[in-house]
Amino acid sequence: MPPSIPASATTDDSAAPQGPALAARLLSHRGVVVGLVLFGLVVLAALTADWISPHDPLRNNFRYRLGAPNDIHWLGTDRFGRDILSRIIHGTRVSLRIGLMVVLATGVLGALIGATAGYFRRLDGPVMRVMDGLMAFPGILLAISLAAALGPSELNAAIALTVAYTPRTARIVRASVLVVRELDYVEAARALGAGHGRILARHILPNSLTPLVVQCTYIFALAVLAEAVLSFIGVGPPPPTPSLGSIIADGRDYILEAPWISLYPGIAIAITVLGLNLLGDGLRDVLDPRMKVEIR
Amino acid sequence: MLRYTLGRLVSAVPVLLVVSLVSFAIIALVPGDMASEMAGPSATAEELARLRTQLGLDKPIVERMLDWYAALLLRGDLGESVLLRQSVTAAILERLPVTLSLTFLALMVAILLGVLAGMIAAVRPNTWSDQGVMATALVGLSLPDFWLGLVFIWIFAVQLGWLPTGGYVPFAEDPLGWLRAMAMPAGCLALTQMGLLARITRASMLDVLRQDFVRTARAKGLPGWVVVAKHAGANVLVPVLTVAGVTTGILLGGAVVIEQVFSLPGVGRLIIGAIQRRDYPVIQGGLLLTASIFVAVNLVVDLLYAAVDPRVRYDRR
Repeated sequence: MPPSIPASATTDDSAAPQGPALAARLLSHRGVVVGLVLFGLVVLAALTADWISPHDPLRNNFRYRLGAPNDIHWLGTDRFGRDILSRIIHGTRVSLRIGLMVVLATGVLGALIGATAGYFRRLDGPVMRVMDGLMAFPGILLAISLAAALGPSELNAAIALTVAYTPRTARIVRASVLVVRELDYVEAARALGAGHGRILARHILPNSLTPLVVQCTYIFALAVLAEAVLSFIGVGPPPPTPSLGSIIADGRDYILEAPWISLYPGIAIAITVLGLNLLGDGLRDVLDPRMKVEIR
Repeated sequence: MLRYTLGRLVSAVPVLLVVSLVSFAIIALVPGDMASEMAGPSATAEELARLRTQLGLDKPIVERMLDWYAALLLRGDLGESVLLRQSVTAAILERLPVTLSLTFLALMVAILLGVLAGMIAAVRPNTWSDQGVMATALVGLSLPDFWLGLVFIWIFAVQLGWLPTGGYVPFAEDPLGWLRAMAMPAGCLALTQMGLLARITRASMLDVLRQDFVRTARAKGLPGWVVVAKHAGANVLVPVLTVAGVTTGILLGGAVVIEQVFSLPGVGRLIIGAIQRRDYPVIQGGLLLTASIFVAVNLVVDLLYAAVDPRVRYDRR
């Protein structure tokens, strides 16, 4: 996630920095730097997967099945003799692609739904009851069932996770819209004759998005974790696509003789998610000093 | 308090309505012919017809939905599992104790570890003990719980041989065996969830420790640990309760997956098995029930919240 925050504080007195000042503040935050490095490594691996993978992630090698890590296969091989390291590098692509789709979709949908509920008070009750109902399901269970019903594919996994996580972004946007809509400059815009659409799009939304940006970083992390679960259960992208969760599932039956199959992809997931969580914490500290007291 | 309780109860009704609608509608998303998907390629036309009637697929969807609601509300009937040849309600109730006890045990461990870690961190903020504890919590939050389960199996069952790799022993039969079977699944769920509790405890603790009454307590010469445990501890309870409510939902979801890893015969395994074998009535029922449990937990948390902190009853509309 690039820290390009759309005009977080254009008008009121909140102290969130912008532009170069924001970048400087973010880069002097230890968590942000560590997070950027960790997540950056994963993104780099995903982007250059075709060049840096030592082997073809799909090529079988029956002479070296369940092979222990050695000079040729740094992280060992699976039951078809496929290179684990290459599979992990390619697996990060799937995780990041799904994560990105989910973040974009939950971000846009959450902003639309949250703004509608927060601004048009009559719609608030019904819209938020639906969101509450969706949030009543444990997110991962809803996602598993949806992905299973839609059929295993990358897009369906992203759709399932979007349905599971959109209520969170909608809630957060609604809460900040409720605050911003009462501010004086909104009243001024209204007095000048601005319509609902203009007020929402020009005055309220841009000033309500800071918490959403922070939340989206966490949702990226959640989506990477959840995608791994979907693949592990077998309702994610279908084989032979290497995804981190399905590599772990492949190794499950060989935990005795080949523990490396399941071990390393989990570490790759943890690095990705830890990086994103650190970034999220850092963004929150810098963008919204008030929230700092609340959670951290 | 009575009015507040009633108000909360009423507000759960629309949520449950949405929950049941979603649980029902998920099946409508299945592309293609559900009956032939379920019966498999070898089924005869006769078998297919029978299955369609059993699932009510020969009726329009609205009628099917009304039938489903009627059976559910009047008889608590969620239909028949096609594969288990058992009513869905019975199949779920049979497996519920495993899932609930796993969730409960994990929740207790997570609260215990999380609150303790948060307190340790808050007492000496920004020292190595604080940073160490909070870094551990953050790493825990970032680990996939099902993967941690496999790592635990490898360490504690394969390498050390201390615990069984999986399987379940009912508490009533052998309490110690139950604990041995539950230690790893509950442990890895708790480790990945304690981070959130540690963070909220630390934050609210830091807030409370700055308050005047804490300074007064210290000034009158009470030992440090009494102030932390008694004066500050009581005030940390409310935010911790709130987070514990959310955590329960995450743990319920996590339990679904963890049961798979440790071969525990709970609702999660039932649902995943149903998904793999396309036993749709079980998926519907499982979803509905899990979400309802979560709604009930949140209701209890809200009520506890009001009982612990009387201000809540008046503040909230």
